Amino acid sequence: MTRPISFDKCAAGIPPSTLRSLYQTMLRIRRVEVRIGERYKEDEMHTPIHLCIGQEAISAGVCAHLRRDDYLFSNHRGHGHYLAKGGGLKEMIAELYNRETGCSRGRGGSMHLIDTSVSIPGTSSIVAGSVPIGTGAALAAVMQKTDKVSVVFLGDAATEEGVVQESIAFAMLKKLPVIYVCENNSYAVCSPLSNRQATNDIYRRFEGLSVSGHLVDGNNVTEVYCVAKEAIEKARSGGGPSFMECRTYRMTDHHGGTSGVEVGYRTQAEVDEWAGKCPVSNFERFLVERSILSAGDIAEYKSVIDREVAEAFEFARSSPLPDANDVGKYLYA
Amino acid sequence: MDWSKTLLHEHELSHEQGSGTRVISHGAAVREALELALSRDNRVFVMGQGVDDPLGMFGITADLHKKYGSDRVFDTPLSEAALTGVSIGAALAGMRPVYMHNRPDFLYCAMDQIVNHASKWCYMFGGHAPVPMVMWAAIGRGWGGAAQHTQAPHGMFMHVPGLRLVMPSSPSDAKGLLIASISDGNPVLIIEHRWLFKQTGPVPEGLYAVPLGKGIIRRSGKDVTVVAISQMVPEALRAAEQLQTSGIEIEVIDPRTLRPLDEDLILESVGRTGRLVVADVGWKTAGAGAEIAAMVAEKGFELLKAPVGRIGSADVPTPAGYTLEAGFYPSKDDVVRHCQKLMGG
Repeated sequence: MTRPISFDKCAAGIPPSTLRSLYQTMLRIRRVEVRIGERYKEDEMHTPIHLCIGQEAISAGVCAHLRRDDYLFSNHRGHGHYLAKGGGLKEMIAELYNRETGCSRGRGGSMHLIDTSVSIPGTSSIVAGSVPIGTGAALAAVMQKTDKVSVVFLGDAATEEGVVQESIAFAMLKKLPVIYVCENNSYAVCSPLSNRQATNDIYRRFEGLSVSGHLVDGNNVTEVYCVAKEAIEKARSGGGPSFMECRTYRMTDHHGGTSGVEVGYRTQAEVDEWAGKCPVSNFERFLVERSILSAGDIAEYKSVIDREVAEAFEFARSSPLPDANDVGKYLYA
Repeated sequence: MDWSKTLLHEHELSHEQGSGTRVISHGAAVREALELALSRDNRVFVMGQGVDDPLGMFGITADLHKKYGSDRVFDTPLSEAALTGVSIGAALAGMRPVYMHNRPDFLYCAMDQIVNHASKWCYMFGGHAPVPMVMWAAIGRGWGGAAQHTQAPHGMFMHVPGLRLVMPSSPSDAKGLLIASISDGNPVLIIEHRWLFKQTGPVPEGLYAVPLGKGIIRRSGKDVTVVAISQMVPEALRAAEQLQTSGIEIEVIDPRTLRPLDEDLILESVGRTGRLVVADVGWKTAGAGAEIAAMVAEKGFELLKAPVGRIGSADVPTPAGYTLEAGFYPSKDDVVRHCQKLMGG
């Protein structure tokens, strides 16, 4: 029976414990995002949310290779990146609830997550905004004579901003240890890729700059894992930057928890087709069929995750809100 | 390098010479600041278009790369947006970048990274990630530079919370303010003026900082407070000489930092004179001068005996032709005229 995603080839070189870990990372992101989408309807999280449901394989596959001191820069759709890197879940949920205990002390909201303890120095909600910033962190890593790398997550639309070309060109000039991971979900809000780009091979967009460009099935966590491994090792050993185009799909609308079909820019048929290519359920089935994962394992993971998620929401909802009189704080160091 | 141990001087140095301190050029003073920073703090690096070429950014950075290495002093591609973002990222990762621009006109190419990112990063993340970086640029003027090579954009940047804004007018301040800016730990924009590079002045040797947010009285006077910005400081001092001959004594204040502004110094002076003229190099409408005037009208209304006067350039793009420039740029004559009018002349 043919499966929508074929994991065998790339999974071959990955130890079972790592395969299970990749699954757990994706499952955790999925269950967190779904819960956020559900509870968002309560109107207690006063922040725009951009869920990454359907895109979890990219965060999981890339971050599996990152050390705590490697940098990660992200964007408005950053929950998955943040969690996969080890960002604090309680602090993230508290930030969505605008609490003083949020990772940004309630000053940033969902689009501005930070966790410096795992080297996430912040995220930008200006499309492509964090691309040069992540490039700068890589420059610092070289100047400080470390072997740290910097991973920058960006979307398909971000590649249309000139600053991305500028950043990659500079990274090539200085041979910086930066990996640009483009999550191509083919939509910018409601605009399809065909409205915005002449060709649809984003991984080839920067060929003129001689950067290595890779096309990856972004819903195949083992493929993401293998390509990311090569790119990260290359960067870490002084080989310079890489660009990964990971093709994927966001199951929810640009923001909020609905599918976007009701808005009218995409069809239920398209959404259903991609649901069939779900990175989590497809990988789960693969692992079960190969006896790497059991039904009991899955139930246990879900139980642990759901308890952690419930505690995070409880923590957030019982945390204090910042005082209006403190609006002027934290402007300067 | 423990920047907290930097000696702070409240300089009472005027533009007069002969105070016993050696006299050097404005550019040499800026260079000294860079050398002191580069030699004492491995986190500091200097980048910008042409910093390592024979011109060396007005001579300021010439050959610094030979002494400190080309990985710490280096040329940049014409990608102001990306390199500003690179400065932010490097700062977040523990470095102290100094990004030098030939002209502030090119800062506009980096507005998104300056305003949407650098200025906001510390606040957006609840203070968890400050951005210690310096951007430096020098306003052009004359010889047909025209609209895009002569802008004084400080009015726009003064509007942005989270950005410190410094405009030195003397060599000693240029050195001390650059040291203070590098050690401040926040995004600082330093806007110099090329005509000021012609001047020499007394500059203390060694390491010292001129504190940010502290203005200075350049010349004391009882009749009118003239707050002058950048190249209008020497113009105001020339005006003071001329006004003195007709018995009008003006007090020239150099704010040195525009954000944060030394409001107390200005208000205290207006408290003594009762009259205020703001002399700015930028466009008059909604400029830095407008903010200073509004601040005094708001907080020092009862101190004023007369309306506030504002001097700035004409509200048009800079013309290239020299006969038109005469109608564009403010000068000491405008300061003299405003002050005479305030004194009933």
